[in-house]
Amino acid sequence: MNSLLSIKDLNVSFDTPRGMLEAVRNVDIEIAAGMSVGIVGESGSGKTVLSRAAMGLLQGSNVHRTGTVVFDGHELTAMTRPEVRSHFGTGMAMIFQDPMTALNPVRRIGAQISESLIFRLGMSKKDALKRSLELLQLVRIPDAKSMLRKFPYQLSGGMRQRVMIAIAISCNPKLLFADEPTTALDVTVQAQILQLLRELREDLGMAMVLVTHDLGVVAGNTDYVAVMYAGQVVEFSPTTKLFADMRMPYTEALLESIPKIDHPAGKRLLAIAGRLPDPTDRGSGCSFAPRCRYSQAKCLEESPTLKTDPDGHLYRCLFPIGEAL
Amino acid sequence: MAGSGIAHMRNSTDVVLTVRDLVVEFRLGKDRVVRAVSGLSFDVVKGEVLAIVGESGCGKTTLGRAILQLPPPNSGEVIFEGTDLTQLPKENLRSARTAIQMIFQDPISSLDPRMTVKQLIDEPLEIWQRGDEQERSVRINELLNNVGLDSELVLDRHAYEFSGGQCQRISIARALALDPRMLICDEPVSALDVSIQAQIINLLQDMHDRYGLSIIFISHDLAVVKAISNRVMVMYLGKICEVAPPEILYAKPAHHYTRALLNSVPIPDPTRQTRTELLQGEPPSPMNPPTGCRFRTRCAASSVLCTQEEPQLREVSPGQFVACHHPII
Repeated sequence: MNSLLSIKDLNVSFDTPRGMLEAVRNVDIEIAAGMSVGIVGESGSGKTVLSRAAMGLLQGSNVHRTGTVVFDGHELTAMTRPEVRSHFGTGMAMIFQDPMTALNPVRRIGAQISESLIFRLGMSKKDALKRSLELLQLVRIPDAKSMLRKFPYQLSGGMRQRVMIAIAISCNPKLLFADEPTTALDVTVQAQILQLLRELREDLGMAMVLVTHDLGVVAGNTDYVAVMYAGQVVEFSPTTKLFADMRMPYTEALLESIPKIDHPAGKRLLAIAGRLPDPTDRGSGCSFAPRCRYSQAKCLEESPTLKTDPDGHLYRCLFPIGEAL
Repeated sequence: MAGSGIAHMRNSTDVVLTVRDLVVEFRLGKDRVVRAVSGLSFDVVKGEVLAIVGESGCGKTTLGRAILQLPPPNSGEVIFEGTDLTQLPKENLRSARTAIQMIFQDPISSLDPRMTVKQLIDEPLEIWQRGDEQERSVRINELLNNVGLDSELVLDRHAYEFSGGQCQRISIARALALDPRMLICDEPVSALDVSIQAQIINLLQDMHDRYGLSIIFISHDLAVVKAISNRVMVMYLGKICEVAPPEILYAKPAHHYTRALLNSVPIPDPTRQTRTELLQGEPPSPMNPPTGCRFRTRCAASSVLCTQEEPQLREVSPGQFVACHHPII
């Protein structure tokens, strides 16, 4: 596989007053050009830290990082911050959960989109504005011309997210990081934004990392899914295979807990009891064992390693679903 | 859609809350009026969980707050247990409000960051003089244990030390402190992870069963309310589109807007991805709502009639009421 982004044995931890917080542990992921990968997990599972580290960010003095991240032949983990930055826009771009705070509140939309065109592609101000208009049309903003003169506060959440997407794709990046891009939006607008991202990916041949807590969102929008729990990838597989044949009890529990429209009315939802373990105290055994319905005595003692099915389906469980105990 | 009418009102003796012709408008200077809720009527029977569903800006939050007179509606009646709250003098309203409690969307910012959990839950009890300190302390422990928190561990901590799900549990304990008979939950789970949503919805269901509460559950996501509601009311731009029990509404929605909302819910199964008829665009401004049916500008079935005449709610199947000139039947 010709990989665009290759993450090898990545560990990220932070110094905190309560001790060392291990946010990401032993993550290996390969992403090919044009591929869409979902990273799914609960709040605190390390999915945002993983995506930031994968962009070569997180270099502060309280950050401990081991392992390598190679993007398009460049080792980001060996670079200084300005060197990493030179890949933003043209190499990789990011969209965030909250499109209000990600945009500059005192600058007009046109100026905000033009900025990266002028800075990265060396366009003149006039050309950049012209291209900004095209980009706004590309992300299907009605009456794009008047949008150029508006400020973010005049826009709805969905429109702001479209503007964020226009900025992100302005320099034709090879890889788009979308960190919970629809979590702050209504379901109707969420469906529109996901459709837009699908169409843009097809037209531009862009790879995407879609970070979300909702398995429903990854189902129709990704080729592969990495499920994260307590900083580790606990299952990795092609999306269709994951939903057809889950091996990891956590993934199963996460899927069951989603309120679904075909859930029988009046029937109780299946919640996952408890919550994520303390990230400053990783202890022994499987991190999910205390909440797992299948857990055995062995699960509390022995940390499971990543196992591979012959078809490349990865999972981190001593007693995976589908195998006799 | 987005019509008026009272066909769905039940005039039974079990009704605890009746809202009639409620209008809430906000003035934004000269000639600029936001029509948030426009002549809306509905009722809630004892022990019922009524879900109110709609997109941002449809007036669902304003409606929930108007019931509590926060702020008082421009016109209309809000009759709770026989008393019209809109006519009550201020002091009587304050005590009437103890019976209707509210739970908000953002669980962390709705709790005072300077107060401990004990103080947060004690506050309503102290204001209303519910027992001496000893009795209140017993009550606080009981409330916290009821919502699934270990009172010993949480009493002296502050809201910021908890996760969103735990804060929502604290908010629920606080709301239950004064033995309310009705809860108004405004998007109580939309700020939470999916895995935690189920926990909170189940907790609300348990509290409903234990205390015989009536609940108004406001959400933008039809999937979230299905498990808990007995009746679902879909709103658009300050009007009602459809009212029906969930087993009917989800199986055969009669309003085009309800169907569009159902189609937008992501399905966690890659083999069942529907790419059909996504609702395009966003709702028009409530400052200048369309004439006739308010949904017509985004509706595939709209006709000339829809521009001229506002549809009235009517019963299309037993228990299912829809305000549409061309319902899906």
